[in-house]
Amino acid sequence: MTPYTIHPARITARRTETEGIYTFTMRLLDPSVRAAYRFQAGQFNMLYAFGIGEVAISIVSDPSEPEILEHTVRVAGRVTGVMADWKVGDVVGVRGPYGNGWPVDAARGRDVVIVTGGLGCAPVVGLINYIIRRRDEYGELHILHGVRTPNDLLYREKFDEWRRVPRTRVYLTTDQPDKSWHYRIGVVTELFDELNVAPSAIVMMCGPEVMMRFAAHALLQKGIGDDSIHLSMERRMECAVGLCGHCQYREHFVCKDGPVFTYRTVRRLFGVSGI
Amino acid sequence: MNEPLKLKKAALQDLIDLLRREEFKVLGPVVREGSVAFHEVREVSDLPIGMRDAQEAGRYRLTPGVDGEIFGVVNGAGSLKPFFFAPHEILLEVRREHRGFKVRDATPAAPRLALIGVRACDLAALAIQDRIFLHDKFRDAHYEARRKDVFFVAVNCTRSAPTCFCVSMKTGPEAASGFDLAMTEMEDGFVVRTGSAAGERVVSKLQLPTAASEDVAKARARIDECASGMQRQMDTSDLPHLLYDEVDSPRWNDVAARCLSCTNCTMVCPTCFCHSVMDVQELDGNMSRRVRQWDSCFSLEHAHIHGINFRPRIHDRYRQWLTHKLASWIDQFGTSGCVGCGRCITWCPVGIDLTEEVAAIRAQRGKH
Ligand SMILES: Cc1cc2nc3c(=O)[nH]c(=O)nc-3n(C[C@H](O)[C@H](O)[C@H](O)COP(=O)(O)OP(=O)(O)OC[C@H]3O[C@@H](n4cnc5c(N)ncnc54)[C@H](O)[C@@H]3O)c2cc1C
Ligand code: SF4
Ligand code: SF4
Repeated sequence: MTPYTIHPARITARRTETEGIYTFTMRLLDPSVRAAYRFQAGQFNMLYAFGIGEVAISIVSDPSEPEILEHTVRVAGRVTGVMADWKVGDVVGVRGPYGNGWPVDAARGRDVVIVTGGLGCAPVVGLINYIIRRRDEYGELHILHGVRTPNDLLYREKFDEWRRVPRTRVYLTTDQPDKSWHYRIGVVTELFDELNVAPSAIVMMCGPEVMMRFAAHALLQKGIGDDSIHLSMERRMECAVGLCGHCQYREHFVCKDGPVFTYRTVRRLFGVSGI
Repeated sequence: MNEPLKLKKAALQDLIDLLRREEFKVLGPVVREGSVAFHEVREVSDLPIGMRDAQEAGRYRLTPGVDGEIFGVVNGAGSLKPFFFAPHEILLEVRREHRGFKVRDATPAAPRLALIGVRACDLAALAIQDRIFLHDKFRDAHYEARRKDVFFVAVNCTRSAPTCFCVSMKTGPEAASGFDLAMTEMEDGFVVRTGSAAGERVVSKLQLPTAASEDVAKARARIDECASGMQRQMDTSDLPHLLYDEVDSPRWNDVAARCLSCTNCTMVCPTCFCHSVMDVQELDGNMSRRVRQWDSCFSLEHAHIHGINFRPRIHDRYRQWLTHKLASWIDQFGTSGCVGCGRCITWCPVGIDLTEEVAAIRAQRGKH
């Protein structure tokens, strides 16, 4: 068995989140592979569509039940386009888990700020679910989400649901509001004016790099340390074992050193284009 | 190490024959398409006897050399890399089965290789590739299968190409490790040293005599002369920081205006390891192979993800390549990614020379 070995898994459930976004539940077929499989919140798998290819997709299910693997896939191109047709009963390929995951242990007992932007960020949904399932172990939960237009707001019901969780606040904003929009107007960083957190808070972010850069800047001004700000990076990945070279972010291999980095680690590189 | 031995020129054929009898496929530098590359060698006459190479930035020619000199050609475009990290290879075979599929690891066909005429920089490059493909957290089965049990006959350089700068990179011109035999060419033969038990066995079968002390001294002097006469240099001091600090050097634009982003430098480089992983389906739809194939950070798709290209400009891609080779490689693998073989200089169609780029970046450091 090599690190490239693909393990067959059967789709046991399929849910349409919204047009072009689907959540698949899957179960590894080989009992010994399944029994040995463990993951941490924020890790990802390489999912394989027979004959088409393989892509990096985060695991959104809960690590306490490692036999159930849930992945939310947004149709983006060739491989994810084929995944849109996956049905219950289909056998697909899985290898993983890869990456370092979210710092959910370091976050325990602290206020947690989650910042996302752009088109719904699957890794963050898994993280929010993780914290909500262990609500007592964490402090205040702040979820900030910015979209360009109201149409980009995926999972509207999820945000409404999260609002009702104890000690949880949800902040939504858009640059280009329409009549249906009854949240805030402006870019995501304006949400930070409303945000009231202790400097001991921990931050986890996912989304476009410009957004994360502005957000990190605003959070630093609130006294949060650059090593308490964690961000999930996205780069091309073809192997996930630090070998194919595509995910390099200067000295970092995003697949194995990340995808989650502290702002301290990437700070100097973040503003430079073309890295 | 053990005492130096002498191999007469005529006895080189005995070495080749012996290795072939021991079921090695013997490879050495062979002239192909105006350059040399490692190909099968059965007779000494397959080697580029009496030839030398004329190399400079963007230019390579084989020229008449010194009569009887066997290893007069320093190197060619082909390094050892393709023999261990294959340019194109099948990793997995996935076969469709009623409602699912079955995965089989493809095992590479790995002939037992004996490589003759390997240079110090080639061995240094291989040691770098070992750190990438065979480390504690990951061992690449395909690389490992090809890498084990190879017999290396190194040739210490007594002449360098003007593009070489192994002295700066501390990799040559004398092979330091990684060989079974290391030879220094003289007019009438070679001074031979052994570097492994396998090498010991081979020389004892050949019953080589001890080298005369004058020969040993002469061989030493030739290597030293080669080292001191090396034309190109690279100042490697503070290299990771120089390139990290100079992320916005004006020189990146300057070199980007010349670079064609053709990927040649990465293909000839003996240490570059970027590759694509592809799944290729057979026409009948029942079988798909996972293939890995060399890729280059100069290709447009290299840093492309859906909707974003992180390195759209040649400026970004050249900076990535040079910074990776000389700086981030050190952070990643504890060694520079460059051994100073000069191939990227020679085989760049527009003659871009990394030593010159580094010098220019250094000269402009902090002044812009
Ligand atoms: C760590 C990580 C976690 C991710 N988690 C999710 C998730 O939970 N849900 C989700 O929908 N998407 C996720 N993505 C993005 C997903 O991997 C891409 O959308 C997907 O690779 C696009 O492939 P494609 O063939 O459909 O698109 P194409 O544009 O046709 O891509 C062709 C090839 O380019 C590469 N590629 C293209 N886009 C990306 C990308 N964004 N990231 C990495 N490689 C890319 C892949 O090798 C892909 O096969 C994640 C990416 C990373 C790096
Ligand atoms: S970067 Fe150029 S000189 Fe250095 S090892 Fe690669 S090809 Fe040789
Ligand atoms: S530096 Fe030269 S060899 Fe390398 S990509 Fe540019 S033009 Fe091609």
